[in-house]
Amino acid sequence: MAQVTLARALNEALRTSMDNDPKVLLMGEDIGKLGGVFRVTDGLQKDFGEDRVIDTPLAESGIVGTAIGLAIRGYRPVCEIQFDGFVYPAYDQIVSQLAKMHARSKGTIALPVTIRIPFGGGIGAVEHHSESPEAYFAHTAGLKVVACSNPADGHAMLQQAVASDDPVLFFEPKRRYWEKADVDLSRTSFDPLWSARVVRPGRDATLVAYGPMVRTCLDAASAAAEEGKELEVVDLRSLSPLDFPTVLASVRHTQRLIVVHEAPSFVGLGSEIAARVSEELYFEMEAPVLRVTGFDTPYPPSRVEEEYLPDLDRVLHAVDRSLAY
Amino acid sequence: MTVLSDADADAAAAALTETSPVATSTTAGPELVQLLTPEGERVSHPDYDVDLSDEQYRGLYRDLVLVRRIDVEATALQRQGELGIWASLLGQEAAQVGSGRALRPQDFAFPTYREHGVAWCKGVDPLQLLGLFRGASNGGWDPQEKRFQLYTIVIGSQTLHATGYAMGITKDGAVGDAETGEAVIAYFGDGASSQGDVNEAFVWASVYNAPLVFFCQNNQWGISTPTAHQTRIPLYQRARGFGFPGVRVDGNDVLATYAVTRKALDDARTGQGPTLVEAFTYRMGAHTTSDDPTRYRLAADLEAWKLKDPLERMKAFLYKQQIVDNAYLQGLEHDADELAARLRQGCLQMPDPDPLTMFDDVYSETTPLLLEQRAALGSYLAGFQRGAS
Ligand SMILES: Cc1ncc(C[n+]2csc(CCOP(=O)(O)OP(=O)(O)O)c2C)c(N)n1
Ligand SMILES: [Mg+2]
Repeated sequence: MAQVTLARALNEALRTSMDNDPKVLLMGEDIGKLGGVFRVTDGLQKDFGEDRVIDTPLAESGIVGTAIGLAIRGYRPVCEIQFDGFVYPAYDQIVSQLAKMHARSKGTIALPVTIRIPFGGGIGAVEHHSESPEAYFAHTAGLKVVACSNPADGHAMLQQAVASDDPVLFFEPKRRYWEKADVDLSRTSFDPLWSARVVRPGRDATLVAYGPMVRTCLDAASAAAEEGKELEVVDLRSLSPLDFPTVLASVRHTQRLIVVHEAPSFVGLGSEIAARVSEELYFEMEAPVLRVTGFDTPYPPSRVEEEYLPDLDRVLHAVDRSLAY
Repeated sequence: MTVLSDADADAAAAALTETSPVATSTTAGPELVQLLTPEGERVSHPDYDVDLSDEQYRGLYRDLVLVRRIDVEATALQRQGELGIWASLLGQEAAQVGSGRALRPQDFAFPTYREHGVAWCKGVDPLQLLGLFRGASNGGWDPQEKRFQLYTIVIGSQTLHATGYAMGITKDGAVGDAETGEAVIAYFGDGASSQGDVNEAFVWASVYNAPLVFFCQNNQWGISTPTAHQTRIPLYQRARGFGFPGVRVDGNDVLATYAVTRKALDDARTGQGPTLVEAFTYRMGAHTTSDDPTRYRLAADLEAWKLKDPLERMKAFLYKQQIVDNAYLQGLEHDADELAARLRQGCLQMPDPDPLTMFDDVYSETTPLLLEQRAALGSYLAGFQRGAS
């Protein structure tokens, strides 16, 4: 066991993946000497060389497009997009090319491409550095989408994503990069990548979250416990495919559900989960599914991002509303 | 005025013993248009010249000094926690002031996030730039009134906007006249030159003969990535393949930058189509205040470029020509101090926006969903105020 930050856990995962498979390549802007703006690739170019840790020209469509070609040639590229808001120049390559090629080629072309994206707000950044674009990709057939919430999962899930033969959009909660936890860096067997996990048991209501909001929900659950309310927290981990059995089992048990994400509510992950839960558990619910999310506005200037982002108070406010039904 | 503190330089030197940074070229080659040597000697060029009044020469120097002071003050404010981040223009003052002053009032500029010097020339209050980097606004100036678009952070996007705007000028019949014809300038960096959008802008501008100047500040770096990672030929030569002229100018020479940009803009406004101007310069500071350049670049590079400082060479020229004297320089220093003090005070007093304004202007006609969310946040926040009072 070692106390490591999420950034370091991801770094170790990349290192292990590269050690295990010589076909694994890293590609991205400023990932070499600089080690990426969040230092997730720190030291890797020094150890694996410029052929395997590639500082690319500044063009996201180029990064993903050439990763597709390298994958067709038998490589296993791991792309870094510097910030969430800069993935869009690669949108065509991701949703029209990467996502569809396996089906179009009748399964003859595998595209084991991982695209790492630091996402979410809360770091006081300027425009385009705090976005939560996961729903665009979860909406696209052919892509798998995951979001880690803590160092141990970052370490495990990134290795699994790189090993997956499907394209994976790998979302990293940038405001949690420096949070530390115990991680067994020698571990080689992990929970299935596409599974959700109950990270805190409780009986009064279920909080479903992923990425940066898992910590927020755990804090809310601790605060609620002091008032005698037992909240169950589910970390989705995988957004597509989505582990509905785990979510449904929790909600069947608590009969109340609040979905929490930073992304706007309209046609977000919460919408899909609410629809599915009401289809399956219509007669068992004590309250309608509630959502605590960012607003349907552009991400605001950072001096008011606290009001935009779901926080402990807004989560507890929703819990109270749910319990009042 | 300090360019880099000794401590910074020492830190850079120390860090570089552990890593293996790439050297960048400090020499631009014979094609470089220069009118003022680094020592402040006036030289001539067969194609470009300026003939300015003493007042205009002083004005350019004044701009350089004030723009640098804005930058230094903003950097200090960021260090003190008043700004979230700051993108310094240190070293690029001449490229920005030279091109910014070459614009006629009717010309429209499309900046990146580092064009504080051009913003200054266009009459944007620097306090509004601080507001953006503080996280209080997205800029806040009226782009139409200032003829200066909002900053664009997504690399390269603005070059297409500039091209479309320029196409509109042509459609409006506003090209042709050497005095009143309109032109557009699109700023971007060496890193941006790799983006698809920038290359598409080149195609469009060329095919539609747009009245546009592509102004690339090659400051040798895109964060940690040297220009050599973006291109194997000098950037200005890219233009040729797209079908329009390219020229490389000494971006630390305010006179040459002014002359070259002026000519390119005038060509554009008289219907002769786009030009790519590559201003060869150097990013003397970090990429932004979040960056640590000691991880990737040589202190020796910085030393070499310090000798080409854009302010020093203009000052030397003005002094030798007796266009300025000590009294003028002292007065200027005083004005810079006052400007810095005004910015500092304005920044410290800047109110945070009302959170409910985030729902404003999302559309020209708002929607029921936004009204509902606005009302919900309003009463939620009011609940806290009631609780607190
Ligand atoms: C589409 C996009 N990708 C990545 C970034 C992150 N980023 C910000 S500035 C920068 C480097 C830009 O280099 P250059 O164009 O040379 O401009 P400079 O910063 O040197 O002025 C990068 C990669 C971004 N803002 N937008
Ligand atoms: Mg640059």
